[in-house]
Amino acid sequence: MSRLDQIFVLLGHWLAGWAPVPVRPLVSAVLAIACIMLVFATCFALTTLAERKLLGRMQNRFGPNRVGPCGLFQPVADGVKMLIKEDIVPFSADKALHFLAPIVLTAPIWLAFAVLPFGRNMTAIDLDAGILFFFAIGSASELAVFMAGWSSQNKYSVVGAMRAIAQMISYEVPLALSTLPALMLAGSLSLNDIVAAQGSYAFGWLARWNAFTPWGLAGLLLFLIAATAESNRSPFDLPEGESEIIAGYLTEYSGFKYALFFLGEYVGLFAGAGLAVTVFLGGWHAPVKGLEWAPSWLWFGGKFAALIFLFIWVRATLPRLRLDQLLNFAWRFLVPLSLVNLLVAAAWYWSGAWPFGAAAPIRWVLCAALFVFPCHWLGGTLRGPGALPRKYNYAE
Amino acid sequence: MNGVGIIKGLIETARNLAGSYHDKERLTTVRYPEETLPPVENARTIPFLVYDGGDAAAGLRCTACTICEKECPPQCIYIVKDMAKKPDYLGKMQLHPKVFDIDISVCMSCGICVEVCPFDAIKMDQVFELSTDDRFGGLLWGIKQLAKPNDYFQKLHRTEASEIDARREEDKSKSQAAAAAKAAGPAPAAKPPPSANKGAAA
Amino acid sequence: MLNEIQFLLCASLTLAGAVAAMMLRNLVHCALCAAGAFAGLAALYLQLDAEFVGLAQLLIYVGAIAILIVFTIMLTRGEEIRPGVPIASPSWWVGLPVGALVLACLIGAVMASPSLVRLPAGAVHAPVRKIGEALMNGYVLPLQTIGLLLTAALLGAVVISLREPRNPESKTR
Repeated sequence: MSRLDQIFVLLGHWLAGWAPVPVRPLVSAVLAIACIMLVFATCFALTTLAERKLLGRMQNRFGPNRVGPCGLFQPVADGVKMLIKEDIVPFSADKALHFLAPIVLTAPIWLAFAVLPFGRNMTAIDLDAGILFFFAIGSASELAVFMAGWSSQNKYSVVGAMRAIAQMISYEVPLALSTLPALMLAGSLSLNDIVAAQGSYAFGWLARWNAFTPWGLAGLLLFLIAATAESNRSPFDLPEGESEIIAGYLTEYSGFKYALFFLGEYVGLFAGAGLAVTVFLGGWHAPVKGLEWAPSWLWFGGKFAALIFLFIWVRATLPRLRLDQLLNFAWRFLVPLSLVNLLVAAAWYWSGAWPFGAAAPIRWVLCAALFVFPCHWLGGTLRGPGALPRKYNYAE
Repeated sequence: MNGVGIIKGLIETARNLAGSYHDKERLTTVRYPEETLPPVENARTIPFLVYDGGDAAAGLRCTACTICEKECPPQCIYIVKDMAKKPDYLGKMQLHPKVFDIDISVCMSCGICVEVCPFDAIKMDQVFELSTDDRFGGLLWGIKQLAKPNDYFQKLHRTEASEIDARREEDKSKSQAAAAAKAAGPAPAAKPPPSANKGAAA
Repeated sequence: MLNEIQFLLCASLTLAGAVAAMMLRNLVHCALCAAGAFAGLAALYLQLDAEFVGLAQLLIYVGAIAILIVFTIMLTRGEEIRPGVPIASPSWWVGLPVGALVLACLIGAVMASPSLVRLPAGAVHAPVRKIGEALMNGYVLPLQTIGLLLTAALLGAVVISLREPRNPESKTR
């Protein structure tokens, strides 16, 4: 089945073959870009629909089901609505910044897909420091949030923008730190190397995904929490919660600019999910040796879809965090736990050289305990005073 | 243990998701207008006029006594009596309305007109899809739109309609028995019996 | 040829950003143009195949320092930005000889350096592995010192922003 596995690569080569030799690299790069943008834009449309329908089902109601069969044309209707809305710019707004903010937010996020390996030999650009590129791009888009909030000349926008930036820079630290054990043990910053390091099979049949190790599982959870916060998604959507701050830095945006912000947020989520799949869930590898016949891009897509479902599920379940709870959670829980995760990864690595090395359960339990106890203790420090005993004042 | 509450919440949402496909309890949405909620017997929106039998003109119970017009708080009923009398279900000659208009945009569904009607002629309907784009008369309903058969009344308010029908049957049979007794009865007294007119015309 | 065009583009972007950061009236615009200059610098690093440095420049300068600058502007002088104030002080001509002197020093230093005339032997590779090994083996003392410095700065920031101790009977935190 390797023909099916490499079908996109072969297709790309064939199409680029039609171009004259000097511009062939350019043409193949443009093809890769066009393909990625098409796929993820469609994914965006389908995700908005899937999110609304799944949220509906989880909240005991139907999602959109009027526009097209099962509501499949709802994203089209939303797109048309966004396009024909009047584009209102406040009178005293900083016009240049107000215009540039959605562009500066959305454009760099697409760059993050350049380094993700979508399948065997299917990375757009194989950078030596791929994961650093990814984090750099993620942090470059935070300035746009400030631009959006400041240029609106609106107190709520500015407060919302400040909160959003504080949240995003706070959660960047656990985002990067939680992937650090995987980088350490793979020995490289290149995402292709990280995926290749998860390629062998333990016990002959179970893949060596990072998520099957205690530090990998912990890292995956930390990463997913940080990715949810990075893209301002429930339960971390304080900057744009309607009941909190009237859409925060998005208040003064309408029509297509709002759609661009929305797009940027979702594409950021996709990039985060893609990185989680790559670093922790084995990239395009199958989970068990018997299922290797399925195409690699299909495995990537399946794991990606599962993570998106997880994000939607968490959104439907958890209430919004308050700002101080959010920041405390980042700095006093996630960051120390990421550092502890490094220790756990180191312990795992060194205990791999144990003479009774096949005693994997003991090793797993010990390393997991090394993580669980600090987790429990740190969670205890985060807890508030709890319900104080009531003081009743009786009339005399 | 940390995170237990989150896990419990996630399980509950997952049960909602799974249950929404097969369990009616989990997904209680009624997809209006294809599906409607089952009607409740005591619901009410606007009044309607009841008529017996198949013919709205002949069987209309309303006798244009105008009690409902006088009692209606927002005064949305307008009645013009037709002086030609027609027999009612007991055979007695009664007036009937030539014009009976209710402005349903004014009606406040209080049901006072129903409470005061002595003839069980006006009852509360349950229709709510009343919007129209005719601003100047679309919400002013006359007899043609207000008159609905007794079977419809039975469907809406089963207990009340059955009780009224039973009472009317009893009245009818009593008057028929009285008329038969009078017709076959002994010597006409000095005063002709008042129920002589109530023949078998009902 | 392509290299020259790339270099000119990146350099002009950087210079334009830096000049705008000096000359614009609105302080927030200046800060954002400075961020643009940082991004141009990162592009220059990437053009020289210094992947790690270029991406770290993006991550740290654009992703953290630019945000720090705008936060500072927001939280300190936000209300006092008066766009009508003239950007050049009355004694602007003093800057000309000073600028010329600095330029002469820089040009002299660059021209006199041997690396300008000596072409590199082959393509210079700076893969991340080599940088890591160099940091951990040869440059470990500067690395640890910088780490200590950063820790001290972080602790200092926390101490500065710490609230005064509350009176003991209020238990709310």
